[in-house]
Parts: sequence; C-alpha cells; structure tokens
Amino acid sequence: MSLSADEVRRVADLARLELSDADVDAMVRQLGAIVDYINQLQQLNTDAVEPLAHALDVHDVFRDDVPGTSLSPDEALANAPARKDDFYRVPPVFGD
Amino acid sequence: MTTHRIIIGLEVHVQLLTKTKLFCGCSTQFGLPPNSATCPICCGLPGTLPVMNREAFHLALKAATALNCKIASFTKWDRKNYYYPDLPKNYQISQYDLPFSSEGWLEIELPSGPKKVGIIRAHLEEDAGKMLHDEHAGKSDSLVDLNRTGTPLLEIVSKPAIDTPEEAKAYLEELRLLLREIGVSDCEMQEGSLRCDANINIHVPQADGTFIATPIIEIKNLNSFRGVERALKYEAERQANELRRSLDAGAWVVDSSRAKAFRDYAVIQVLTQRGSEVAKATAGWDERTGRTEIQRRKEEASDYRYFPEPDLVPVKVDAAILDKVRTELGELPAAQKARLQSQYGIPAYDAGILSRQGRAFVAYFEAVVKTCGDAKEACNWTINDLLSTLNERQLDINVCPLSPQGLGELIVEIKSTGLNKQRAREVYTAMLDGLTAKQAIDKLGFKVVGDEAQLLELVRRAIAANPKAVADFKKGKLKAADAIKGFVMRETKGMANTEVVQRLVMEELNRG
Amino acid sequence: MNLTAAELLERQSTGDLSAEAITQSFLARIQQVEPKLRSFLAVDEAGALEQARAIDAKRRRGDAMGILAGVPIAIKDVICVQGQRATAGSKMLEAFVPPYDAHVITRLKEADAILIGKSNCDEFAMGSSTENSAYQTTRNPWDLERTPGGSSGGSAAAVAASEAPLALGTDTGGSIRQPAGLCGIVGLKPSYGRVSRFGLIAYGSSLDQCGPFAHDVRDSALLLEVIAGHDSRDSTSVDRPVPQYAKVVESPVQALVIGVPREFFNQPGAQATGGLDAEVERSVRDALKVYESLGATIKEISLPHSPYSVAVYYLVATAEASSNLARYDGVHFGHRAKEFAGLIDMMKKSRGEGFGAEVKRRIMLGTYALSSGYIDAYYLKALKVRRLIRQDFDRAFAECDVIVGPTSPTAAFKIGEKTGDPLAMYLSDIYTISANLAGICGISIPCGLTKTGLPIGLQILGAPFTEEKLLRIARMYERETDWHKRRPAV
Ligand SMILES: [Mg+2]
Ligand SMILES: [Zn+2]
Repeated sequence: MSLSADEVRRVADLARLELSDADVDAMVRQLGAIVDYINQLQQLNTDAVEPLAHALDVHDVFRDDVPGTSLSPDEALANAPARKDDFYRVPPVFGD
Repeated sequence: MTTHRIIIGLEVHVQLLTKTKLFCGCSTQFGLPPNSATCPICCGLPGTLPVMNREAFHLALKAATALNCKIASFTKWDRKNYYYPDLPKNYQISQYDLPFSSEGWLEIELPSGPKKVGIIRAHLEEDAGKMLHDEHAGKSDSLVDLNRTGTPLLEIVSKPAIDTPEEAKAYLEELRLLLREIGVSDCEMQEGSLRCDANINIHVPQADGTFIATPIIEIKNLNSFRGVERALKYEAERQANELRRSLDAGAWVVDSSRAKAFRDYAVIQVLTQRGSEVAKATAGWDERTGRTEIQRRKEEASDYRYFPEPDLVPVKVDAAILDKVRTELGELPAAQKARLQSQYGIPAYDAGILSRQGRAFVAYFEAVVKTCGDAKEACNWTINDLLSTLNERQLDINVCPLSPQGLGELIVEIKSTGLNKQRAREVYTAMLDGLTAKQAIDKLGFKVVGDEAQLLELVRRAIAANPKAVADFKKGKLKAADAIKGFVMRETKGMANTEVVQRLVMEELNRG
Repeated sequence: MNLTAAELLERQSTGDLSAEAITQSFLARIQQVEPKLRSFLAVDEAGALEQARAIDAKRRRGDAMGILAGVPIAIKDVICVQGQRATAGSKMLEAFVPPYDAHVITRLKEADAILIGKSNCDEFAMGSSTENSAYQTTRNPWDLERTPGGSSGGSAAAVAASEAPLALGTDTGGSIRQPAGLCGIVGLKPSYGRVSRFGLIAYGSSLDQCGPFAHDVRDSALLLEVIAGHDSRDSTSVDRPVPQYAKVVESPVQALVIGVPREFFNQPGAQATGGLDAEVERSVRDALKVYESLGATIKEISLPHSPYSVAVYYLVATAEASSNLARYDGVHFGHRAKEFAGLIDMMKKSRGEGFGAEVKRRIMLGTYALSSGYIDAYYLKALKVRRLIRQDFDRAFAECDVIVGPTSPTAAFKIGEKTGDPLAMYLSDIYTISANLAGICGISIPCGLTKTGLPIGLQILGAPFTEEKLLRIARMYERETDWHKRRPAV
C-alpha cells in the first residue's frame, strides 16, 4: 500500500480537512489504489520533456490601471457566515 | 578577542503606487472604511478570475531596473498555498521559480565609505487583508477587513550581506529614497506601504578561528526604521547571551566536523542535543518594551505547495520594454550624488545630503548655483538653512516660500557686501515673507560699512584697546585675532564688511 | 415539446408560438417528469415567465431580437447567475448567492435566451455520474435505473427528456461529452480559451471549459456562437474572431481525413484502453462507414500516450482543485460549522462537513501531489506527460482533420454500480480526458442504441480552435442518420 494513515493525516492537516478515523481508513485504501494506478507514469522517461502547465500559448494579458466598481460593505458581506459591524468575524486566530 | 559578527538579510515589501489593485479595479487608497474597497474578485468569490494590472508590472520593472537587477525575458505567476483569514482564496498569487528579476544591488553610504548590498530577487505579488485581533489575544473573535487584499506588492529580498543594525537602517533609507524618487512607492511605513522583515543571526569566533552560528531569527512587524535598528541591536545581544547560556547548559551542542564555509571563514551551526540543527524561528518586535519576542520554532518548513497559477498567463519582456523603462527612470540617487560631487566640487557628505532630499531639492540647489555661481555657498544655505526651514514649517520643497533665484541673489549680496552670517540669516528670514534680498536689507536697515578708512580707524582702536589679544597673537595664537574682529563688529553693530575687516586686522597685527 | 431551438426560433418568427407559450410548455414538462428525473436543483418559474413576456413585448415592438430569443436553457449549477443560488452541487455553497453573472450568462441574456433553472451536477463538477451531488441523484431518461453520466448529468438529462431544448455544462475531463453520449444528445467541449471561464465555479482551472448541450449539431452551433469569444475578465480567454458556426454548419468538409486511434479500439490480442464494450465499438465502426460512404478517408493513427491520460488528469486536475477549493473554509462565504474550538478547527470542521467524499478524496490527492517531497514525482511528472499527450495530438492533426472514436467505453451504467470504486469511475472518462489535457475541442453525437435501448456516443476531436470544422463534420454524419431524433419515453 502506497500511503500510510500517518501520511493521510498529514495531508488532511495541510488541506484543513477534518477526517474521522473511518475516513482515514477509507482514504488509505482508496487513495492508495489511485496512487498505485498513477505510479504507472513512472514507467515513462520524461527527462528531456518540459512540463506543460497550460495548453494555451498566450502571454502578456493585462488590464489597464482603471478603477472599476467595488461592492458596498453590505454587498461584500452578504455571503459572510458571520460579521461584526462591517467586518468578517472569525474565531480567535491564536486560540488553537 | 574579537566580538561576534552579525549577519542580517532584509525582506522588504512595498506597495506599488497604482490606482487599483493587482487583479481587480478596486481602489488601493489607504484608510477607507472597512470592506468598502472590495469586489467579487479580491474577495475570492467562486468563479472570479484575476487579470494583471499593467501599471503594477511596469512599476515593478522600474524598481528592479533601478536596483540593478537582471530582468527575466520570461516570467510567470505561482500560487503560494496557505490558510489564513486575511487571504480569502487561501492562496497568494506570487512568484516562485521564475521571478521577473534577480541578482541586483543597492549602494549605501556608510561612515567607512560606499557599500553595495546584494539583492537576491524582487518579485511581484498580491497583499493580504488586515486582521484586527482583540486586546486579549486568543479570547475573543478576530475581525477581517479585505480592503488591502490584492494590493500590488513588490517583495525585495536582500542577500544576508548586511553587517550591522546601522547598515540595515541605511539600506532601508536608501531603498526608500530610490523607490520614492522613481515613483514606484510612497514607502510610508505608518500606512504599511513599506514593511520589513529581518533575518538575523550571529557568528561567534572560536579560539581555533572558526565561528559558531546561532539559529536564524526572522523578526516580523518592524514598523519604523529606528525600530529595525533597535530590534536588530537587541536581537544580536540576545542571541549572544542565549548561545552562551545554551552551550553552558548543554542544551545546544557544537560539532566541529560539521563546519561549512561562509564568505572567507568556517561556520558551525549549533545543534540540539539530539543532533539536529536548531530550527529557525520567528519573533515579534515590541516597540514599548524594546524586546523581541520569540514566537515559534519552525519545526518543519511550511509546505506552501507552489504551482503555476493557471488563471494568469506568462509575461515576456524584451529589450525595447527595458529601454523604455530605463529612459523613464531618469537620474537615480547614486548617479546623481556622484555627479553633484564632480560637477560642483562639493564633498561626498554634502552631495549625499542633497541627494537624499530628492530630485526636486537637488533641482532647487542647482538653480541657486545658477544664480549665484558659488556651489559651496549654495550647498551650505540649502542643506543648512533651507532644510531646517522646510523641516520646521513641515513644507515640501515644491511650495518653498523662497525661490532658488531669491536665495541665489542673497548669496550674491552677501559676497558683494560682506554681510556677516548672523545678519545674513536675518535677511534670509525676512525673505521668507516674500521680500527680495535688497528689499529685506533695506527694511532691516542694514547698511554695510565698507569704507576702508573708517574701518582702519576702528581696527586701530581695537588693537589699542586689547593689548592682551595682541600679545597672544604675537606669541602665535592666531585665534586671538577674533577678539579684535569682534570689537570692530560690535562697534559697527555687525555691519562691517567681514572680508575687509579680516584683511585689515591681519595687516595691522602683522605690521607692528 | 420536442422541438429544437432552431425550430422554436422559427415558430416564433412566424408567430405560431410566443416565448411565453414555449416557456409555459417547458415548465409543464418539467413539472411532469422532474419527480422521476430530478435534473434540476432550482427551477425559476416566475423569472423565466417574466423574461418570456419581456421578450414577447420586445418582438411586438419590433425591436431587434437576440439570436436565442425565447429559447429556454438549463444552466449547470456551477455557473453563476446574479442573485440566484449557485451551489455547485455542494452543501458547502447551500446558501451562496453570487452578486455577478458568469460571462456566458451575460451572453445568454444579451441573446434573449430564457434561463429556466439550475441543473444538478456532481459536487464541484467532480464525478462521472452526478451521484456526487449533495442534493439528489439525477436519472438517465432512457433508463431510470441508470445514471445520466456526469458531472453535467442534470443538464444532459434535462435536454434528453425535453425539459429544456438547450443546456450549458462544463467539461474538465469529459463532463459534457460523456453525459451527452450516455443521454443520446449532442455535447460539445470547446477548445481551452474559446469560452470565458469568468463566473464558472472552478474545478481544474487549466482544463475547465463551458459548452453546449443540444438535441442536434445545428443547435449546438447556435449556442456555441452565443457563448464563445473573448472576455477581458478571463486572461485565458483568447481574443480571436468567433465564426458564425450556425451558418457554416451545413457545408460539408471536402477531402475529409478521419484519424482513428488504435489505442481506443479492441485489437486482436489486446483490449482497448478502458475496456471498450463490443456494442459500443460496433456502433462507432458503423459511424466510420457512414463517413466512408461520404467520401472520407479513414486513417489509423496512434496516440501512444493516451493510456496515461487518466493518471495525468487525476494529478493535474486534483492539484488545481486542492488550491481552487481552499477558499471554502467558512471564513468569508460558504458553510461554517456550528461547533468548533478556535480558527483552525472551525476551518477543518466546516470543510469536513461541507464537502462530500469524492471532493475530499480529490482535495487529498491534489494536496498530496503538490506537497513537499512528492511534487516532482507526481505533479511535475504529470505536467511532463501532459506535454507528451499534447504532442501526440499535434502529430495526429498534422495528418488528419479530426479524430473519431467512442465517447465512453460503455453505455450508461447503473446507479450505485461504480460508487464504491473511485478508480473504476475515473476510468469511464478514459476517452474524453486527453482532450482537456491538450486543450483541443471535442464533440459527442448520438450514433446508436444498445440492444437494451441505451444511447451510444460518437466522439469527434478537433485541433485547437477548429470548432467550425468539428461542427461541419459532425453535421455531415447527422444528416445521414436519425439517431439525434430519437427521444426517450419518460
Ligand atoms: Mg512575500
Ligand atoms: Zn476588488
């Protein structure tokens, strides 16, 4: 198996995902199978190949430094799960 | 017994002077009401996309060119992934492996002479928003304002080549001057448009000629140049003490076989008891207590999972663009200083002061020289009197009440009449109210006594009245002549032509 | 109402039908079949009727009419419509209301189309069966025990069952073409950069494209014409002219050369990549005979790296997704957990509760592929093979006009059949995925029915920005056959 439970937990921490123990077990199995499948890529020699991040050959796309319309604080905060006055409200950052 | 060496590298973020944010049309103005300068794009709402601000890239190019950086012909953007509530997308669009510029330098002036501080890279990225934490940190909720989110930032990373806290301050001052001069940033530290993080550690010499290196501390949230200097001074001392204590207590150990070359000497990194290198840590600077507070040891380096930003396309920079940027830059402070020295024959120190005041001030100085023809006097008057006037009245050179022509005429008047410095300052002050030099002299009723016979008479009376000074002078105390000159000045209420008095006093004293 | 968009436009211009009557009739059809199909997450009855009346009034005034005037359209729920909930099929965005229109929506509104509702999809477009929706499972109109495919399954089912004559979907690895194939309709994935992504809730940003679902090729051309073109808000939307697809679609391509990749078909002694079903293969071979009868040259070609496309896709798409979906953390929008201890816990719980299993799997895989120590072996390796896949296509298109093969290895599979085996689900996209990696365009058109009456899709792939040729070639086949006229009995 290519992924350990500890690795799954480390990745879940990086991804800020809460996983139950059962979730971790399932991930070990399913991700393990997928990673095993994906490992077939290692058969290919790609030493001389440049990575292709984007299929488009486009460059130099800019906008002019011209003001556009902003939202009002109420519009901006319309989807906020919690607000205080005109701020987004979040649990204490240093509280963990 | 040599003392430790200090190794400092600075990471400076400056906000670029654009009207709008890096990827959207929201305003970058400072001090707007919370969350009033945001839009779906800078709030990272689902489905929105960034489009690069042309002016931001242009300003970044200008800055990097002025910092003598190599400009890449091809550059791209990357995502730096980390979770924080002031970063709505939870990734920052930044540059990773192909920054648009690298390998530059900034020349700073030190008491020991000029020094080039190497710059590793300068890259363009977006700013995060602002968090407001409750006084009792950790007790109640935090608030987020996204106005600043997406403001274009230039990150400038120096080499660990700054040797003292004073040097760090000089580097920042020179950087601010340069970036302001070329119109890239206003570099207002109070408004956060220039922010500085400092990496520091010390190398402590050993009897065998090697050095022990303390773990690097990254000091965050430095919000004044003086603060940078103070924090670095404090931190260097703290590290020296910590090293001594930790080695004594056996908490840290040194393995001489693990020496590494640094510059032209060997350095040994301290290890924990388990034999791993002591991790880098971040620290905050507390302006009130004057202490750095170590926040956390970075046990594992943060995993930012950089990868190419798929929502933006790369940028290609060719020679024509670089030529255009270079012509736009005009004369940079370092070149200007050199020119002032050679063109006007003024000392490096004075040229440095002139140059640091910015282009408009230098232009003022040059206009004064043009009117009066005396660079030395023009320099004295501008960097002493004029500068203190501007500072006292908190005025910009562009709204100076005295024109450079006026100041030039004052200098001409002083030279032709021999008006003494004290009286000349009174004339200067009157000129600040809008008078010409001649009008001011008339108004003050200054009539310079230039008549040689009259002055000779006074000089002789002075010699007669001051036998002790004469005697001292004869014994070789040339300073004693001042008493004679002072007598003449008092008698004329300061209106004697100083040059004539000087000549006559010398003639009379040397004669007898 | 079984009419196509072109027919609805025609009937309105002759005065036979009003936009309001058309809308009423589709709303009635939705009412009738929705309990069985569950294609829609939201039907905007009042809004659609209001739009329809406004369009009728416009016509009465003699104003110039938009090119889709009075034609209802279903919108996949990953596409933002101002003031309407956009859930992306996720609990995470249950209450999210975007204050903006996607670019494609702006275009549809300018074209006077009628936005009839938001269609169901796999959560954040991640899936091949629409079973990953947090809200409901959409059924295939041809067999209610089977899936419509995915992730744009709601859009495909809605068109197939005549709940709407047109729909928009998004395609990151086949999410338009595969459900079109499984539902017996036409689905087109434009070249990357042809249609603005502004306002599409992102999954894999370097792969995502929005495209049309329709009953036939002519309607697809019409809808593509409306949504294609440059948008200054999307840096990756290409600034090049948009052909009048609907006009040119009837002219056949002369001296047509069709490439057939040997990797897509069963060979003596070797099974096709992905295990091609024999009935599907037979229909595709029959379709090739139709082209031959029209004078086309059929040429066997090779896409040697296509067997690796699923592996590459599940690294590239998930890496991008892990970053794109990081913003859903309960801070600025989206679901926030009720109980938590501090900020980090709030983020973890909100994401743990808000995302479904498949989304979590892909976020995990993508995070892993980018994480320190693995990025070279996974993400960067995938980008290198991605270039090889693109080069395969470049070589192929140097010798043929289009590439033809099956859209999917099998016809529609049963609900629940693959949910326990993510890898098996991923492999159902084996033939569609490489087009997204390479940025080329592709279309799926109906080319047959299985013995049990399930539709079979024919995939035609074209070089970047050759949608015009792709549509003309697809139409050549369509004119010779009547598969596109078949309708399921719901
Ligand atoms: Mg930075
Ligand atoms: Zn904005």
